[in-house]
Amino acid sequence: MYQGIRISGFGGQGVISAGILLAQAGMTEEKKVTFFPSYGAEMRGGTANCSVVISSDEVTTPIVSSPDTAIVLNEPSLAKFEPLVKPGGLLIINSSLVNSKPVRNDINVLYVPCNKIAGELGNVKVMNLVALGAFAAGTGAVSVEAITKALPKIFKKLKPEMIELNAKALRRGAEIKLN
Amino acid sequence: MSEKKLMKGNEALAEGAVRAGCRFFAGYPITPQNEVPEYMSWRLPEVGGAFIQAESEVAAINMIYGAAATGTRCLTSSSSPGVSLKQEGISYCAGSDIPLLIANVVRGGPGLGNIAGSQGDYWQATRGGGHGDYRVFVMAPYSVSEMANFPHKCYETAFKYRLPSMILADGILGQMMEPVEFIHPEIDPKSLEEPEWAIGVNKGRAKHIINSLDLREGMLEKMILERAKRYRELEGAEVLYEEKLLNDAEIALVAYGTSARVATAAVKAAREKGIKAGLFRPITLWPYPKARLAELASRIKKFLAVEMNLGQMVDDVRLAVNGRAEVYLYSRPGGSVITAEEVTAAIENIVKNGAREYAALK
Amino acid sequence: MQLLNKNPESLTDKLMHYCPGCGHGIIHRVIAEVMDELKIRNRTICVVPVGCAVFADKYFNCDAIQGPHGRGPAQATGIKRVKPDAIVFSYQGDGDLASIGMAEIVHAAIRSENITVIFVNNAIYGMTGGQMAPTTLIGQKATTCPAGRTAKQAGYPIKMCELLATIEGAAYLERTTVHTAPNVLKTKAAIKKAFQNQLDCKGFSMVEVLSMCPTNWGTPLDNPSEATRYINDAMMKVFPVGVHKDAKQQ
Repeated sequence: MYQGIRISGFGGQGVISAGILLAQAGMTEEKKVTFFPSYGAEMRGGTANCSVVISSDEVTTPIVSSPDTAIVLNEPSLAKFEPLVKPGGLLIINSSLVNSKPVRNDINVLYVPCNKIAGELGNVKVMNLVALGAFAAGTGAVSVEAITKALPKIFKKLKPEMIELNAKALRRGAEIKLN
Repeated sequence: MSEKKLMKGNEALAEGAVRAGCRFFAGYPITPQNEVPEYMSWRLPEVGGAFIQAESEVAAINMIYGAAATGTRCLTSSSSPGVSLKQEGISYCAGSDIPLLIANVVRGGPGLGNIAGSQGDYWQATRGGGHGDYRVFVMAPYSVSEMANFPHKCYETAFKYRLPSMILADGILGQMMEPVEFIHPEIDPKSLEEPEWAIGVNKGRAKHIINSLDLREGMLEKMILERAKRYRELEGAEVLYEEKLLNDAEIALVAYGTSARVATAAVKAAREKGIKAGLFRPITLWPYPKARLAELASRIKKFLAVEMNLGQMVDDVRLAVNGRAEVYLYSRPGGSVITAEEVTAAIENIVKNGAREYAALK
Repeated sequence: MQLLNKNPESLTDKLMHYCPGCGHGIIHRVIAEVMDELKIRNRTICVVPVGCAVFADKYFNCDAIQGPHGRGPAQATGIKRVKPDAIVFSYQGDGDLASIGMAEIVHAAIRSENITVIFVNNAIYGMTGGQMAPTTLIGQKATTCPAGRTAKQAGYPIKMCELLATIEGAAYLERTTVHTAPNVLKTKAAIKKAFQNQLDCKGFSMVEVLSMCPTNWGTPLDNPSEATRYINDAMMKVFPVGVHKDAKQQ
């Protein structure tokens, strides 16, 4: 299997930590993984994006130019990453913040109200985990369990109750299914 | 064997250096290598080492020149513009036979360029970079694990042959994360013998002088020829490379670092299209694996260098092959990322259409 | 028979290459005497500059390292950080310390590196044949200002002790001269203090020594007193001797 992922959003939406979580989760499932962040000037501009590859074979290039799945957490990211998704690939849209609709009809689209669900759980910060839950359920590239296990490894300074809240967000996201 | 850990390339390099016995770091912030000094700032004090954020790259290389002259394993890291500034110090270290490690997490150049990963510093790294006749032992990692494990080999080689060593990475390798396994046992510098040339607290021995100057007639020549002997020994013993699918190959891609990852994907894609492609990956860039390439050229008649620059390493491929095979180039400068699709197209064009020259000049 | 005076153990018996009337030999001797008196020869490392003193590693009987022009304080920093028991001093001229190496000396002071710096100021580039130094006086002739330095064209001579005195990390800064015997003794006392400070971990200490360069000043070589007079009449007016900073305790 091979799954190339692009995650994009505002700085502070947890784009980078979501990517690292996916890589860590893939690693615990004995898969080959890479994570590559955008960095520098682009980061300072308020948007962030990263590439993650989860694969059964050795990963060649870590920069995912045509993703199997793109997770767009804000409006500008949709315009940037929708065109890159592989035909037949998956586009996960944070419908809480993205109002525009994708134009392509050769890809699958999953609308996930990440901020709304995270807000219901009591902390909008965990919205990135809602998206990851939807990703895990929608692609099967990694399991919800593996991401859950990765949480304390990546969020080393987080209190147990916050880890649990992240795990809850993950499970809520995983309930969202493609039509 | 330790458990695999997900690490960023820059941090893996820093940790790998510490495990290989590094106890002094001096450097100056520059993107995309800032995680190296950031990591060293807390990690070195943990193991009784010292860290300094220097006032400039110029000062940083000279700080480690001084510290390395005491026999301490030292590291400085930077990215392209900063490594240009270090060249003066590297030349002096080469001229005084001081072993140390410089990491260049290459970005787009020339000038301030950009901060994307690039391979534009190949010539600088392998042809000297500073003034005078000298060599630097250069290793090119192509994974985060290699970033972590190459400092060990660099220190071993640098101390054995008494010359500066360099890890030539790029912004992609520095910034990406991958599972890392540290394969070498951790080195406690206290267990290492103090080099017989080191300066320090001398307890009554004859004085030691670290110097690159000799104005006496013919003496500098003698010193350099003496050093050249060590270079030749090193060239004979320390060349490293990797070969993939070359046994039946009709075309061999030659690439190092990040380009070698892209080339690996292109080789696979070309094989799926029925083209017998293989990969030759130089791991040491100086010494360059020219003897092995020459051997391969007796049966493989097409070579394609893949690089993230205007075409620099391709010169070494041509020199090694020495007219016995056709040498092509696919490259992109300025920190632009080469894709496997582009390289696969280049392979097809060369093999099927017999293109005489193929470069990414669009 | 009683031996009244002998060469310091910290100097080799290598014949020095310095010109007649040059101050470097005197300053070397004074440093060596201090090393003997403090019994630190076996753990002292001299950081040798580019300039007239580039051969100092042959004269001091201790470990030495030579490096790029002006980078002595950076090298000294590296050595001291990994070998805190070593006594590290950088010996630098005015071009080395106050021109090309300005950043390194200022930042060594900022970090209050526990090193000793001997700064020899003779207001001229000696090794390269008499070009203008950053400390060349207004009106003083040099091969790159043959009509004499003008402020309009080349700015003013830099006063390093005064400049470094503004830096919190500088522990001890004194300017002395070696143009008369009493002043040589004062120079020795200052240098001894600068080394003692390092032994006591007091931080960055520098002694700036005004020194003669008859060869490149164009004063008669057969009459050294003209060069010493230049220090007295001209240099000391621009570069006043004395303690410029002495932080009691760090």
